[in-house]
Amino acid sequence: MILAITITPGYYLALSALLFTAGAVGLLVRRNPLVMFMCVELMLNAVNISFVSFGDAMTDLGGQVSVFFVLVVAAAEVVIGLALVVAIMRRQPRATADDIAVMRG
Amino acid sequence: MEAFVFFVSAAIILAGALGVIVMRNPVHAALSLVMTLFGVAVLFINLEAYFLAAVQVIVYAGAIVVLFLFVIMLVGVDRAEDLRTEPIIRQRELALLAGAGLLAIAVIVGVASGGDVTGVPAQGDPEAADLAIDRAVEVSGDFDGDGDEETITEAPEPNVRRLGRALFTDYVFAFEITAILLTIAVVGAVVMVRRPEGELQPLPEVEPPWVLRPDLDPDPHAEVAPDPGAVEPEPDPEPDEAPAAADGEPTT
Repeated sequence: MILAITITPGYYLALSALLFTAGAVGLLVRRNPLVMFMCVELMLNAVNISFVSFGDAMTDLGGQVSVFFVLVVAAAEVVIGLALVVAIMRRQPRATADDIAVMRG
Repeated sequence: MEAFVFFVSAAIILAGALGVIVMRNPVHAALSLVMTLFGVAVLFINLEAYFLAAVQVIVYAGAIVVLFLFVIMLVGVDRAEDLRTEPIIRQRELALLAGAGLLAIAVIVGVASGGDVTGVPAQGDPEAADLAIDRAVEVSGDFDGDGDEETITEAPEPNVRRLGRALFTDYVFAFEITAILLTIAVVGAVVMVRRPEGELQPLPEVEPPWVLRPDLDPDPHAEVAPDPGAVEPEPDPEPDEAPAAADGEPTT
């Protein structure tokens, strides 16, 4: 029964939408900056799933190449973000996202 | 079989994502993130993106999550966060509302339109034919020269080889840019975590924005009460069951 279902790109896109929503809600709800970065990673992975799924549906390698670049950018983003977190936590341990309000314009 | 793999890994992915959101301890959230990333790697294998599956495990689960855990241990924020406090007025309801709206938009746009992928497949487009994902094709012809036709199945070119060729031909400029990006990231990280001379100033106190609850805990950095089931309570000389809203002054 479950094995008889043909997995269309729609299934992958639905999963991608759910994962993106989970990441977005987590980003809005959590206050620990590290956990917020993890939620950004969730959203990036949701987009990666849809890229690869579209590439598979259209028999185009561009989707996979895009995911490769997203991976590189995610790695750079995590490095910079965690450096910022370390710099802030050194000034004020146990800072939450509410305490970084000094950075707003 | 593809359906079975899809549903199992989708369950793993969503359970991990839920774990990232609701786990109070950041270390547990990071481990849930590993679960999600492995599920995504399995989906990549399901979609025949073998190179990306390997890179997903190596870079994400091997490097990024380890970096997360390293920073969690380094700055010592591996305490449980009290998820019950809600500093911004109606933050949780608004977040869930925004999430529901986002999901509705995504479903309407992506799924309810029939899941059809529009556009021209690369194999039918001579401009993009060198990016096409080759399937195993049956080729008929006289191959051994004995005069009669035979049919052989031509194996598709491996995924890694095709991806490498695309990266080093069509996308070589973007590939070079990523090298510069990674260099900038490394240099920036070193500059930002360099210890400056002199005393570090604490973050300046700012007037809290109006959306913050005025009756919040007067010391927002106080130790969060540990989970009574998980951690054995330490003897605490100070009674800390004073109600949080006792001496908060409404500042509006």
